[in-house]
Amino acid sequence: MARPTSRRPGQNRRAQYGLFVSYVITVTGALFGLLLVILSRADPTGFSVIRSTMAEVTRPVSVSLERLVSGVGSLDENIVAYVKAGSQNLALRRQVDANRPMLIEAQAIKQENIRLKQLLHLVEGTHDKVATARLVSSSASIARRIARISAGRMQGVLPGMPVRADEGLIGRVIIAGPNTADILLLTDNQNIIPVRRVKDNIAAISTGLDDGTVEIRPLNAGSNPFRPGDVVVTTGTGGLYSPNVPVAIVVALRDGAAIGVPLANPARVEAVLVQRPYDAEVPAPATINNAASTRPFAGVMAR
Amino acid sequence: MIPAVPRLGSLPSRWRLQSIPICAIMLGSMMTALPIISQSPSMPPFGLLILLAWRLLHPEMLPLWIGAPLGAFDDVMSGQPIGTAVFLWSLMLICIEVIDQRIFWRDYWHDWLMVVGALVLCIGGALLMAHIAGSRTPPQLIVPQIIWSALTYPLIVRLIARLDRWRIMA
Repeated sequence: MARPTSRRPGQNRRAQYGLFVSYVITVTGALFGLLLVILSRADPTGFSVIRSTMAEVTRPVSVSLERLVSGVGSLDENIVAYVKAGSQNLALRRQVDANRPMLIEAQAIKQENIRLKQLLHLVEGTHDKVATARLVSSSASIARRIARISAGRMQGVLPGMPVRADEGLIGRVIIAGPNTADILLLTDNQNIIPVRRVKDNIAAISTGLDDGTVEIRPLNAGSNPFRPGDVVVTTGTGGLYSPNVPVAIVVALRDGAAIGVPLANPARVEAVLVQRPYDAEVPAPATINNAASTRPFAGVMAR
Repeated sequence: MIPAVPRLGSLPSRWRLQSIPICAIMLGSMMTALPIISQSPSMPPFGLLILLAWRLLHPEMLPLWIGAPLGAFDDVMSGQPIGTAVFLWSLMLICIEVIDQRIFWRDYWHDWLMVVGALVLCIGGALLMAHIAGSRTPPQLIVPQIIWSALTYPLIVRLIARLDRWRIMA
């Protein structure tokens, strides 16, 4: 089609001014946008209020459609499972037989663990659960990896709290609204988690790669100790994530680091658990100083 | 369903003519509220595609500055730092305006080429802004998204053309 004529005003002075003004407004708008980007980096509070308000508005849609979509999402898996039923059954039966002795052993160790902890008078914080929620939507159209859960401040969820599923770690809360909260998934490259290998405690750092995988980089420089199949869990260092939450399984090696796949796939998990930050249970240093000053040499005597 | 001609003596209201395109673009931006948990940038930016479809179908319907308010809404829905789409959509609309003044006749393929350019500008620009903010997202991650967003455009433009018929026929 031919181009329109009204934006080529010719000799009409009034139309010329109108066109000029619309360009000025547009350029001003664009520059205002740039300014907002800079401001939102300096002070993200105002932006998070707007975003969580809109999240409240769209929450009913997300929550009511969530069931339907998760059913559709696992359709392919169900079909494949049906086709493979026979051979899979055999393989699983062998695996169960192999796992049974280990399971019994683990139960014995668990009993022993409880007994030893009782002997040491260790009290475990069992009230670290804040809320249970569902993942209802995600930032599917942009490069950052943010998901939204169906619980917020009214359920006790606050920014900074770690979020996990039964299978493993999901991420941490970055924005909390009244009934929704935004979570930075562990596959986002701004989510850095201290981890260790389960079998021999080799310390590493897990960083998201934004494509559904994480990069696991050992703290010790030199040869890469990781092999495909290794499982890494959180260390508890940094005080945010509680220790021994499963994070990822190594699937490949790439220039000095290992590539891992998160054990909890956010697209598949049924429900997620919002927990208190691990560090909140550690007493503040001030009280320790007080205790030390009232009872001098307490530490030495205990030793 | 769609009446072939407008009813005699009744012209569609001004409110209807103006609001339907805006609502369509905002609905497109709200697609991220659907319960799809994606592991990589996979969903086409529907708000942007619908804005492009309206802009290329009706060059004079939306004012030039519409990119700023609609971009702000898209930022809130998508989760980008607010201002990203405000800037990129305004820049994109100015670029399309300039291209429109250069070429006299515009074909379907020209439209598509412009859409690809706009997608590269907006998705790539958003990635660039994220990089300035400290993100290290690999640039090749957005290539598939750009490709299937470009492939979605013909479908979007047909849907919008149908909606446009309904808009002016009531």
